[in-house]
Amino acid sequence: MTGIKRRGVLVAGVLALAIGAFASPALAQQPIKIGHSMALTGALGGGGKAALIALQLWVEDVNAKGGLLGRKVELVTYDDQSNPATTPGIYTKLLDVDKVDLLIAPYATVPTAPLMPLVKQRGLLLMGNYSFQVNSRVQHDMWFNNAPWNVAASWSDNFFKAGKKFNAKTVAFLVADQEFAQNLARGAKSIAATQGLKTVYEQNYPPTTVDFSSMIRAIRSAKPDIVYVMSYPNDSVAIVRSVNEIGVGPSVKLIGGGMVGLQFAPVMESLGSMLNGWVNYHTYVPEKSMEFPGVKNFLARYAKKAVEAKVDPLGYYLPPYNYAIGQMLEQAVTATKSLDHKVLAKYIRENEMKTIVGGIRYGKDGEWADARVVMVQFRGVVDKNVEQFRQPGKQVIVEPAAYKTGDVLPFDKARK
Amino acid sequence: MIFSFQLLFEAILFGILLGCFYAAVSIGLSVAFGLLDVPHVAHPAVLILGAYCTYLLGSYGWDPIVAGLALMPLFFLFGIALYRFYYETFEKRGTDAGVRGLAFFFGIAFIIEVGLILAFGVDQRLVEAEYIGKSLSFGEMRIPLRMLLAFAIALVLTAALTLYLSKTFTGRAIKAVAQDEAALRLMGADPVRIKQWAFGIATGVTALTGALLIIIGPVEPMLDRVYIGRTFCVVVLAGLGSMTGTLAAGLILGISESIVLMHFGASWAPAVAFGLLLVVLGIRPQGLFGR
Amino acid sequence: MRRLASPFGIGAAATVVLAGVLALGGANEYFFFAGYVVLQFVVLATAWNILGGYAGYVNFGTAAFFGIGAYTSVLLFKSLGAPLLVQMAAAAVVTGLLGFGTGLLTLRLRGIFYSIATVAVIFIAETLMINWRYVGGATGLQLLRPAPMLPFETYTRMLFFIMAVVAVLAVAIARYIEISWIGRGLRALRDTEEAAECSGVPTLRLKLLACTISGALMGVAGAPLPMYLSFLEPASSFSLNYSVVALAGAIIGGTAHWLGPVLGAILLASMQQIVTVTISSEMNVLVVGVMLVVFVVAAPDGILGLIRKLRRPRAAAGKP
Repeated sequence: MTGIKRRGVLVAGVLALAIGAFASPALAQQPIKIGHSMALTGALGGGGKAALIALQLWVEDVNAKGGLLGRKVELVTYDDQSNPATTPGIYTKLLDVDKVDLLIAPYATVPTAPLMPLVKQRGLLLMGNYSFQVNSRVQHDMWFNNAPWNVAASWSDNFFKAGKKFNAKTVAFLVADQEFAQNLARGAKSIAATQGLKTVYEQNYPPTTVDFSSMIRAIRSAKPDIVYVMSYPNDSVAIVRSVNEIGVGPSVKLIGGGMVGLQFAPVMESLGSMLNGWVNYHTYVPEKSMEFPGVKNFLARYAKKAVEAKVDPLGYYLPPYNYAIGQMLEQAVTATKSLDHKVLAKYIRENEMKTIVGGIRYGKDGEWADARVVMVQFRGVVDKNVEQFRQPGKQVIVEPAAYKTGDVLPFDKARK
Repeated sequence: MIFSFQLLFEAILFGILLGCFYAAVSIGLSVAFGLLDVPHVAHPAVLILGAYCTYLLGSYGWDPIVAGLALMPLFFLFGIALYRFYYETFEKRGTDAGVRGLAFFFGIAFIIEVGLILAFGVDQRLVEAEYIGKSLSFGEMRIPLRMLLAFAIALVLTAALTLYLSKTFTGRAIKAVAQDEAALRLMGADPVRIKQWAFGIATGVTALTGALLIIIGPVEPMLDRVYIGRTFCVVVLAGLGSMTGTLAAGLILGISESIVLMHFGASWAPAVAFGLLLVVLGIRPQGLFGR
Repeated sequence: MRRLASPFGIGAAATVVLAGVLALGGANEYFFFAGYVVLQFVVLATAWNILGGYAGYVNFGTAAFFGIGAYTSVLLFKSLGAPLLVQMAAAAVVTGLLGFGTGLLTLRLRGIFYSIATVAVIFIAETLMINWRYVGGATGLQLLRPAPMLPFETYTRMLFFIMAVVAVLAVAIARYIEISWIGRGLRALRDTEEAAECSGVPTLRLKLLACTISGALMGVAGAPLPMYLSFLEPASSFSLNYSVVALAGAIIGGTAHWLGPVLGAILLASMQQIVTVTISSEMNVLVVGVMLVVFVVAAPDGILGLIRKLRRPRAAAGKP
């Protein structure tokens, strides 16, 4: 075997890859392709799978109505494994090989971050998917996030507003040492400072923490009035359990805030009554004040599919907002009769979007002009029952005033 | 940061409990790798498998501890099969089993991961039981029952394995096989069967500690990657094959993590554990309690 | 052997020219994204094999070297706005020194103990970066990349070409080591270190050399990552996947010959790329797992071993 032959093998391998990449069929009157990657495995997989079902439901619906501009709609989905290293490649493939017409961002901030320079450079419309302040550095004017928050403060100000009811003076922070959590915590800390709250305890913990007993004990001995927790699903469960076991002491009136995971049905079901009293952010709960047109019907259809696919049967967090992404694209394409990204972006920027999560107007940065992160308090939750969360009154909205369905109760009182 | 002797005392106490948990999840590896020299990097994956099996039985109303105990014989057989396969393909062929054995167990770990994802999805899973979410009060201090359970299981397993290895014939044969295979052959025992038996025990024990894992906190299919570092850290720190050493190493890891967490911030905790490991490896490669 | 016009030299030059032509020509942009990843794994597997294959020391810390290479780039880019080639050179120096450090560990650690020590390096490096706010901390850092150097049309094409050059260099270095006295020495110490030492092989010097070169190459592979992603955060940069794929690529290809890691990495990485965009989902992890198990069980000497086995009977039959 000579060197040249060996090299030939190598070259052949590279070429085979190249041919695979080039091969794409050219058909007349193709469907409108909407491309995106979704975390179907990895840390974000649980939420990603649920979100995908919602998008697929929208595609079904829009095709049942005859598609967009008389063309069928087709979703092109790849799994990004929750890993930011995969998304630039995937989106280039979507654009250059699959030749998709429209783009939706991957779920969450980290996988989206590497895409922002790409879409800015190519001048593409990107519909954000529950990411957080990912556009603040790049300032792309064709970016629209579906999540009902904007700046970091919009996540936490309702939590601290609830805290005002108790005349709180001191606050403790417990924050996951990761991208999203750290950004939010920064917003929360600035609000706490403007309200004159004194920080008596502050702890960042790594994502691999097994046991939170020590941290909960430290909080207990710091005797804060408010405990702001910003955590990821695994940690959220562990923290709720630890607080149940160890107690945070009588000083604490309000605890929770930014805990990801307490919106997911499997977690809610297994924590059960331990959740009572916790106040946490949410984007949708089945309370009277959030009965937007169409959302109930959507959730009922979603629930059926979700059970088959072994994902979150409630789907209150990501799914309605993913369906809303589809609706926004539908509204913009139908109104402008165009697939031109600039035209669509202009339309979305200037008009109110009508979706199953209510009307949306966008600010300059492509985030919601008026944030709508609600704080809900768990009340009267019993063990081992997922269906209970479908009734109003289990997750009472305590802030903001416009959506309020009940007054916030002190933590220990709400637990009785 | 707040400092008081009360908190330091509590940090140590919780470090002990956490350390027992680390020791418990590592003890199967201590047999498989420590005594038998099998580079069993799939150990954490088997641990997660145990946790998921417990979850499965739990959904039929089984108590997690009972489920863990019931799974032990099953995992014992699984361990025997796994070792047999490993032996036939690697040890028997002799040279250079190291790299390939390692690669083999990595492959097994990935396959278990994917199997779990396909069977259970990627969501966090947890179990419910009477003793989860409760605690015992000692005056001001409240200790979670599940951590006490970890403490108890670690002590029982360490004691049982230590006794088994020193008092029974098979146990002594296992220890002998770790030191001198040829001598054992002269005594008329078949080293392969002994190793197979020991690997079965290691895997069986892991079923129970898998149940413990899901009692302590929620699990997800990729969680094994977090435990690769921790379990090997404990086993190597201990010195290979020492059961009491494993307990002690778990305690060292738990206490140092807990103290660092209280006084320097939690985000430094993992580096401390592994820094400790590097230092120990550099100074005393045979481990703190090695033979 | 080392003449410029040797078959290997021609092949290497041809590869570089081909990569250049592709990068300047009209090929699809996605090809460069995917190709970059494949080449990156060629470098990692080749680098891994210098130590793991020739000397038998299984370095599990590939991710640490890779990630530190990437972070060196970010540091230089953020503080000085250093150009890419400077970033890569600096990454080589930093990770080369780290490699030297882990090489000192081999004084006392062998076999799996060495592997475990290198795993510890990953966790320590990752924790350091998580706690270092200047380079983004746990949050990560978005970077705006500069315009590509002429004559390349886009930055990705340039990165693809650069990675192709690095891959060819890495393979050339590995090949040189393999056929020179260094390789003979490393193989000798892989078989029995004591015997090698006794027969006058300078084992420590050789090991340090191999560790340093291997580490530096891994760092160079990681150095362009921040520019490739225009983003960097610790969890994915220090992902254990890099360690596993580097090791798996070398083992699947065959560790005895420089071509093994090249073939293995191309096969594994392109399969991963293809699976990601076709079957998607869980299958990606499964591919690595199944291929690892199948190869180590059925073809312990990798693809090269298989080829050799297939050739031997024919060669034997041809003899009188």
